[in-house]
Amino acid sequence: MNIYVLLKRTFDTEEKISIKNGQIEDDGAEYIINPYDEYAVEEAINIRDEHGGEVTVVTIGDEDSEKQLRTALAMGADKAVLVNTEDDLEEGDQFTTVKILEAFFEDRDVDIILGGNVAIDEASGQVGPRLAERLDIPCVTTITNIEIEGKNVKIERDVEGDVEKVETTLPLLVTCQQGLNEPRYPSLPGIMKAKKKPLDELEIDDLDLDEDDVEPKTRTTEIFLPPEKQAGKVLEGEVDDQVKELVSLLKTEAKVL
Amino acid sequence: MSKKVLVIGESREGSLRNVTFEAIAAANIISDGGEVVGVLCGAGDMEAMGQEMVYHGATRVITLANEELKTYTSDGFSQAIFQVIEDESPEGIVMGHTAIGKDLTPKLASKLESGLISDATEVVAEGDKIVFTRPIYSGKAFEKKEITDGVVFATIRPNNIPALERNEELAGEVSARDVDIQNIRTIIKDIIRKSSEGVDLSEAKVIVAGGRGVKSSEGFEPLEQLADVLGGTVGASRGACDAGYCDYSLQIGQTGKVVTPDLYIACGISGAIQHLAGMSNSKVIVAINKDPEANIFNVADYGIVGDLFDVVPKLVEEIKQMKVNA
Repeated sequence: MNIYVLLKRTFDTEEKISIKNGQIEDDGAEYIINPYDEYAVEEAINIRDEHGGEVTVVTIGDEDSEKQLRTALAMGADKAVLVNTEDDLEEGDQFTTVKILEAFFEDRDVDIILGGNVAIDEASGQVGPRLAERLDIPCVTTITNIEIEGKNVKIERDVEGDVEKVETTLPLLVTCQQGLNEPRYPSLPGIMKAKKKPLDELEIDDLDLDEDDVEPKTRTTEIFLPPEKQAGKVLEGEVDDQVKELVSLLKTEAKVL
Repeated sequence: MSKKVLVIGESREGSLRNVTFEAIAAANIISDGGEVVGVLCGAGDMEAMGQEMVYHGATRVITLANEELKTYTSDGFSQAIFQVIEDESPEGIVMGHTAIGKDLTPKLASKLESGLISDATEVVAEGDKIVFTRPIYSGKAFEKKEITDGVVFATIRPNNIPALERNEELAGEVSARDVDIQNIRTIIKDIIRKSSEGVDLSEAKVIVAGGRGVKSSEGFEPLEQLADVLGGTVGASRGACDAGYCDYSLQIGQTGKVVTPDLYIACGISGAIQHLAGMSNSKVIVAINKDPEANIFNVADYGIVGDLFDVVPKLVEEIKQMKVNA
């Protein structure tokens, strides 16, 4: 099977966010594989181990993204591709990303593409379903279980807490939700092997695209932090009195009861 | 400049979700006096729901009834709505950022080759520009965003943009349109309802959330009782989910759901940064924790230092009492 994973490099979830010159300050920030994309890498490896084939991990970014691609290779993916846009693109949005991915997949034989259901930074959740539409393949989002038999695929997906059972066929794009699996940590031999696995680098020119083709449809005009939350009132006294006071405060001061 | 804006409505168990009315309000801001056209997909008679959209500010409503639209599929709904988009050529489209909204709108935007601003919490008209505010890094920061080319297309986060007041004197046409649906590639075999009472976390006005401090799945019972008396729903921290006390679908945080209810009651939650990202923009936060040093107290409006198994049942009784007296 030809298995592809869409991967994004994101800030570590531990990171505090600060702003410098109107941009998110990334100096010294720790980066990780977007946690939802990690489920996709893990599932892709499991599918390959069961059905054979090859797992290729694809990311769009700059040279720094190689680290996350190597991590995916160390987990067990076979190949990695970096579409390096550092020299060509100043800004992009989901339209841009999908234009590039569409061109990337144009001549490739695909059985299944897996991605995270959302990235924890920009959190649009658009890339998966947008790409499936361009490639004219079915798309199932927020999956928590998948079984493949020949061309037939049985999926369970999370719909606001309910479980939806879906049947569809390959080729297919899915986006992964928490609960699908437990992503493995790369083993030491895995890390050693990953160094020798192929990691190809492309630029948009290699995909017959130029800057105008991928010009974003949206623009960010301002980034700001939410107002800092002031620590409130910690109540005192006997528990019974605290409870009475709380209910009264919620009713009269906060007006939420 | 006035625009024609489409609002994709959403119903659950025969009635419209509140976010549909919020989307109409957002569409009214975008349309600047132009037409706000509601669209509803389903299988039965949707006249009454369409009328309800008019009462909340839609100029007119188009209903699309077809057996293939009985349950949501991205292929079915997108085909149906795309036919309306072709008829109407709207300059704006708005929908709720719900499970269906998240699944459907990127597909439509991709077909239209348009931009899409997901999960907006505010919509403002600044001259000819429509400026959307949306959270990034799970609410650790916000960005302002505009569509630079093509349809002004956005999904809005439930509970953030106030709906217009319902007005039965508003009149507008509700018309049915036939749609042609073929080749649905994903077949829904079954839906297993796990969520209690059908109140989704992202739409809930009140959330009672439990962390490692609840100690077991039975430990969630007092929290459920509190949620019940408040008409809310139960959520959880990653700690509680990882420990197996509850389902991952309840998880609130940077991985998991990001919520902004009117009232958030955190019980036995220490307040890791990833959890705070998912809930600290709630309007009022109450923290109940044994550890006075717990991080959660730094974002709480009101805190009680104490054992949740002591405090929560007393809180349930006190609120019941308050309701009796009212």
